[in-house]
Amino acid sequence: MNALLHQVLSGLASGGIYASVALALVMIYQATHLVNFAQGELAMFATYLAWTLIQAGVPYWGAFAITVACAFVAGVAIERIVVRPVENAPILAVVIVFIALLVIFNSLAGWIWTYTIKPFPSPFPSQPLFGNSYVSSHELGSMAITLAVLLLLFVFFRYTPLGLAMRAAAQNPESSRLVGIRVGWMLALGWGLAASIGAIAGMMVAPTVFLEPNMMGGILLYAFAGALLGGIDSPGGAVLGGFIVGVLENVVGAYVGTELKLTVALVIIVGVLVVRPSGLFGRVHVTRV
Amino acid sequence: MSAVPPVTTAPRVPVADAVAAPVPVEAAAAVQAAPAQPPRRLERRHLVAVVVLLALACALPFFIANYRIFQLTLALAYAIALLGLNMLTGYNGQISLGHGAFFAIGAYTAAILMDKADWPYWATIPVAGVVCLAAGFLFGLPALRLEGLYLAVATLALAYAMPQILKHKAIEHWTGGVQGIVIVKPDPPWGLPISQDQWLYFFVLAWLVVLFVVGWNLLRGRIGRAMVAIRDQPVAAKAMGIDTAMVKSATFGVSALYAGVAGALNAIAVQFVAPDSFQPFLSITLLVGIVIGGLASISGAFWGALFIQFVPNVADQLSKAAPWALYGVFLLAFMYAMPFGVAGFVQRVAARFRRSPRGPA
Amino acid sequence: MKPLTLRSLRWLVAGMSALAAVATAPAVHAQAAKYGPGASATEIKLGQTMPYSGPASAYGTIGRVHQAYFKMINDNGGINGRKVNLISLDDGYSPPKTVEMVRRLIEQDEVLALFQTLGTPPNSAIQKYVNSKKVPHLLLATGATKWGDPKNFPWTMGFNLSYQAEGHIYAKWLLKNKPNAKIGVLYQNDDYGKDVLKGVKDGLGAAGAKMIVSEQSYEVTDPTVDSQVIALQGAGADTFINITTPKFGAQAVRKAWDSGWKPLHIINNVSASVGSVLVPAGLDKSVGLITVQYYKDPNDPQWKDDPAMLEWRAFMGRYYKEGDPKDASNLYAYITAQTMVQILKQCGNDLTRENVMKQAANLKNFKSNLLLPGMSINTGPNDYYPIEQAQLAKFTGTLWQGFGELISVSQP
Repeated sequence: MNALLHQVLSGLASGGIYASVALALVMIYQATHLVNFAQGELAMFATYLAWTLIQAGVPYWGAFAITVACAFVAGVAIERIVVRPVENAPILAVVIVFIALLVIFNSLAGWIWTYTIKPFPSPFPSQPLFGNSYVSSHELGSMAITLAVLLLLFVFFRYTPLGLAMRAAAQNPESSRLVGIRVGWMLALGWGLAASIGAIAGMMVAPTVFLEPNMMGGILLYAFAGALLGGIDSPGGAVLGGFIVGVLENVVGAYVGTELKLTVALVIIVGVLVVRPSGLFGRVHVTRV
Repeated sequence: MSAVPPVTTAPRVPVADAVAAPVPVEAAAAVQAAPAQPPRRLERRHLVAVVVLLALACALPFFIANYRIFQLTLALAYAIALLGLNMLTGYNGQISLGHGAFFAIGAYTAAILMDKADWPYWATIPVAGVVCLAAGFLFGLPALRLEGLYLAVATLALAYAMPQILKHKAIEHWTGGVQGIVIVKPDPPWGLPISQDQWLYFFVLAWLVVLFVVGWNLLRGRIGRAMVAIRDQPVAAKAMGIDTAMVKSATFGVSALYAGVAGALNAIAVQFVAPDSFQPFLSITLLVGIVIGGLASISGAFWGALFIQFVPNVADQLSKAAPWALYGVFLLAFMYAMPFGVAGFVQRVAARFRRSPRGPA
Repeated sequence: MKPLTLRSLRWLVAGMSALAAVATAPAVHAQAAKYGPGASATEIKLGQTMPYSGPASAYGTIGRVHQAYFKMINDNGGINGRKVNLISLDDGYSPPKTVEMVRRLIEQDEVLALFQTLGTPPNSAIQKYVNSKKVPHLLLATGATKWGDPKNFPWTMGFNLSYQAEGHIYAKWLLKNKPNAKIGVLYQNDDYGKDVLKGVKDGLGAAGAKMIVSEQSYEVTDPTVDSQVIALQGAGADTFINITTPKFGAQAVRKAWDSGWKPLHIINNVSASVGSVLVPAGLDKSVGLITVQYYKDPNDPQWKDDPAMLEWRAFMGRYYKEGDPKDASNLYAYITAQTMVQILKQCGNDLTRENVMKQAANLKNFKSNLLLPGMSINTGPNDYYPIEQAQLAKFTGTLWQGFGELISVSQP
């Protein structure tokens, strides 16, 4: 039982990682109804920026704030400059643009900062809470931050006019334009927010998995799985989905064996989606013919 | 509030015609291609063009170095895989980010048969195809319930899982586990005075021609129209009596068959298979290939194959520091200039040519 | 007739010598230089594939060190007056790509030899082809045991300490020092992890089945190995054999400590770098780690003033500024480049592929001062394992303290 508890807690810790990246994915989906495959690489790149600032002597929270702000600006810029030209192209052409961004950022990061792993500092104390040996303070802290970001997002989308405008622009650009919403800028704003959330996720992830250009590769798949499991249009669902995937991955690995972990994860994901195609908490959409 | 379908509905851009202004209609994860019509009747000028190209393709290996022939052979195999994926994604609207897995299954089938059962190389190809047809169909069944993005991620998970499956100790005895399988390169039959590379090129070319003719026939027939109908208006298609479940699963199976044959041919050409030969990025590369080449077009498979085979090498030549960043830039450039792929671009140019002698349309 | 005077005799001898010299001159000159493909009076072309992209891109730095090293050699006049041109191509650790690139190197670029092609699957894919083309396939950047097989693959020679030999050393040491150990193994699920594990199991012999209580594998695409470490702890292991690559090695060291698990912790050579692994994991969490070494760790304070280390640092600072001096791969690559230069030097003016292979199999007591003191590289026509010595070391919290004798491994 002790071992199981240990695995579950460790699973929640890695689930926290997936949840934070899943949030960024959901953010961009809610704003643009597209899923950005380059989200992980953007987050990684932003984390490298933070690392560079910290190496230069900037205190942690200062670097954190600057990075989040820069990521926001970069997100907006990418939407306006890179994504805009293909906004009326077929969906898959846009997907290729995302893949291009993924490849570009990954390659640039490797070129600028090399592929050697780098330790990234954590703002949380290094002693575990109550001296427990299950979860580190950093893991608890990043879970807390993920939940805080989730709360902020929820409030933003539900209770602010800007959040409402963004949701409207994503759902129905035509009508939104008619009521005066600047759809283009709503999309850009969505990208900016997603990039910021991604940067936060990256900075929370890096202390655990260590900073290197391929850091987000494996995480992205699990983050996707978590987001879909919970429902791609539900931030809360995505976070929950991330935690579920983390625990599932650990428990399956420990009790079924690590040699087929990915396959079992795949089977479970497909299984859940077959039963509930919109995810556990996603809205079921009715099609009008 | 009217609910919005999560997936395949209103096209983002209306069909085919280069003159029509694009209407930005909301679409969730729809797949739409510009020249969206299934292939038309084969007009005479098309037939002439195909024959000429085929003749050129046959002559080519006698004028270039063996190493170049090898590269072209790999490209031809990719073209087969891309046609398969295009059937599924371009014509039928099911996004697959996992076709590298079927490519791998086909490759391993051929390798195991040649290495463990001493089969001749040419007999392994149909078997690889059939095995993948079954695998694809089986995967297509649960995938029926998944749309757009969800299917994409499920297939991506398949792409990630496949290398691990290939390494599993239960089948290690056959697959060679992490060490892989070395294959013997076939010699030209009947003592033909050509090199091994030249022979393999013709072998792959022959399979390509066969599979393309079959594919073309499939796509312009009833099934092809059913596939496109399901992509564009799934509910209406069902209402009109098309067995969407069967068509979708069958399309998955057939596209997997193509990928499997391509994988088997690739394995024979490379003479080696290992789990590391089929990393997840391969599946993404195949998707890149069909979009660059042109969705819902047969000629697109060739353009895409040439792109994914040669452009990374070009990028590597041009930039030692960050070649993949350059590759990404090429991707962006292609998507900006030709959002409907090279085939789409060529069609528009050809259409403009046809129109101009007769004055404004 | 006038009598033969001494003077005329001198002229006669001079004339005949001159004639002889002229007659034999072409022959003497021809013996002086023989060139195979890729070699000329001014240039030596070498080829390699490296994972500059993809999952193994952390090792791409090895290729960059090679480029920098050969540039340094060329700046200092080259080898026997010839400049070395290393053509290094990216294969993304994907065997089909490796085949394509190596065919290009051999058929289009016509290199003299392949040098430090990296990775077991990539090398497995090209081994047969390269041997059929009779191209020297030298100093492979992988420790797979199968590269030392001159009978079947006379053109292929590895470099690294064989993975199985390493595992064997750990096993033998455990049998002697902790025969009742309950061993938990974490290994990367690829050729490297499995090869070391095989060495461990072979070394333990019959006792192994009882001693190994748990084996946990992971993929390079896995984000963390925390779950595996917890499982090993939960299985009751008191000895941890950690067969990982740097990122996961660091995670495992840290997680073991954080979970309150304090096993006898053996970490493999690839993940023993102080700079790339122990510092990120936490030096305090790494005390007591055991490993096997065969070259000096660049972050180890005991080599701070070592002349060979200073020379290496100067090289890094001058020729490879963007490289990380904390990354042990950069030091490893330097040693392999030194070895290649030695082989080429030994070739003299006979730069044919046959002679390159002959000299590669003729390294006698070649010492790179970046190897551990007392170690040297030796090869022979039946001995295709350049590195056959290693030493166990224990981490004190600041440096790797070697203990015991220099072990000579016997290759299978």
